[in-house]
Amino acid sequence: MVEFAGWEMPVQYGGVIQEHLAVRHHAGLFDVSHMGEIELRGAEALELSQRITANDVSRMRIGQAQYNLLLNDRGGIVDDVIFYRIAEDAFLVCVNAANTDKDFLWIEKHIGQAAVTVENVSARYCQLALQGPRAQTILATLTSLDLSTLKSFHFDFADVAAIRCLVARTGYTGEDGFELYCDAAAGAQLWEALLSAGESDELIPAGLGARDTLRLEKAYPLYGHELDDDTTPLEAGLAWVTKFSKPNFLGREALIEQKNRGLTRKLVGLELLGPGIARANYELQAQDRAIGRITSGTKSPSLGKSIALGYVSFEDSEIGKHVDVNVRGRMVPAKIVPVPFYSR
Amino acid sequence: MEFPEGLKYSKEHEWVLVEGKTATIGITEYAQEELGDIVYVELPEIGEKIVKDDPFGAVESVKAVSDVYAPVSGSVLEVNDVLPDNPETINDDPYGDGWMIRIDLSDPDDLKDLMDAEEYAEYVAQQKEEEEEEEDEEDSDEEEEDDEEK
Repeated sequence: MVEFAGWEMPVQYGGVIQEHLAVRHHAGLFDVSHMGEIELRGAEALELSQRITANDVSRMRIGQAQYNLLLNDRGGIVDDVIFYRIAEDAFLVCVNAANTDKDFLWIEKHIGQAAVTVENVSARYCQLALQGPRAQTILATLTSLDLSTLKSFHFDFADVAAIRCLVARTGYTGEDGFELYCDAAAGAQLWEALLSAGESDELIPAGLGARDTLRLEKAYPLYGHELDDDTTPLEAGLAWVTKFSKPNFLGREALIEQKNRGLTRKLVGLELLGPGIARANYELQAQDRAIGRITSGTKSPSLGKSIALGYVSFEDSEIGKHVDVNVRGRMVPAKIVPVPFYSR
Repeated sequence: MEFPEGLKYSKEHEWVLVEGKTATIGITEYAQEELGDIVYVELPEIGEKIVKDDPFGAVESVKAVSDVYAPVSGSVLEVNDVLPDNPETINDDPYGDGWMIRIDLSDPDDLKDLMDAEEYAEYVAQQKEEEEEEEDEEDSDEEEEDDEEK
């Protein structure tokens, strides 16, 4: 990011829209090495994981990945993460960059007497995301791993361009694709190898700007925008991640209480009916009454529409409701629409 | 990067083409490049008075929104009607088809505060240097943090 006369500049290579469309139609390569990695190892790694997360980690076999949430005792979201089961008693947890230290301390604090070692291994890994409909074709030229049998949210260890990688069929774009974890020292070499292998398939490097527009079209939440320590999975539309069938986990009681009491606010998708982008923190109104705030917004490159996510009071959250967004003093009409905004 | 001779430039990266008492205003190639893909443009109404150093419109790209400041004062004679539906015209042709407004200059003395092409090119070079220095500083900060972790 660069500052320019008070303008916040995008992180991009050739342009956000071009990179976005490349991922939707061909393929894009993201360097997401900023993401943090934490390892949990030991006889009670599963027990600890179950205790501090919302999803049911026991359902994962070795070689499976799972979207999950670390919760506090109020049911607030400490972070949203991906768990990789690398062994019966070992998990690799991919966490948001800005939360790495917070998560590590949080997990350590909750070990208690459990036989688990927790290690922040972020500095060891480079992470690249190869995303788009041609991702498999491109990756297949560099590895002997049979990608046709590697299912979504599964992973394996394999050599890619002779570099040892954890190859996961995961991503944050809504397209088919892979996330590759390798030794930090080999990162640049892997990047070059993938880019040249993908040249004939129109693979281009893509930046954080495109990563944001891609995830927004799919209404994937971003920590610090849709999610934070004071927001619960029920409010954020992540009830599907929260497995109340687990008898005990941090935040469970608070969430059950919230469920019984009823939600007061809810995350919704919005489509703007006038020009402008609804950006984070812009106020939402209905009949001149403040009903909530925008958390993320953009002009969708795939749909050509101005889309946004935001929290509104529960009684104002029904699909089809007309609201106004205060775009820097100008009231722009918008309506609540179903998410995801974009599907293939 | 191109900064045509004959235009006047502001520190906020607008250009002005003066023809008699009329001034045409847009944003520079440097500005459009820094903003990236422009997706919305807000323009004033015809007849509106714009005041030097006050915002008269806004340019919105996918990732950022920026006010556009009036480099000179005057009343709006014409706005570029192409822009609301084709905002990317500013990216494609910032000094030509991507012009934003045409005004009737109220005080020709306003022009004295603006730069010519050569001065502006120098100004942009300085801005880029500062940007790079900032990035270098950020990099070294990160290295220090890494050291602490070890």
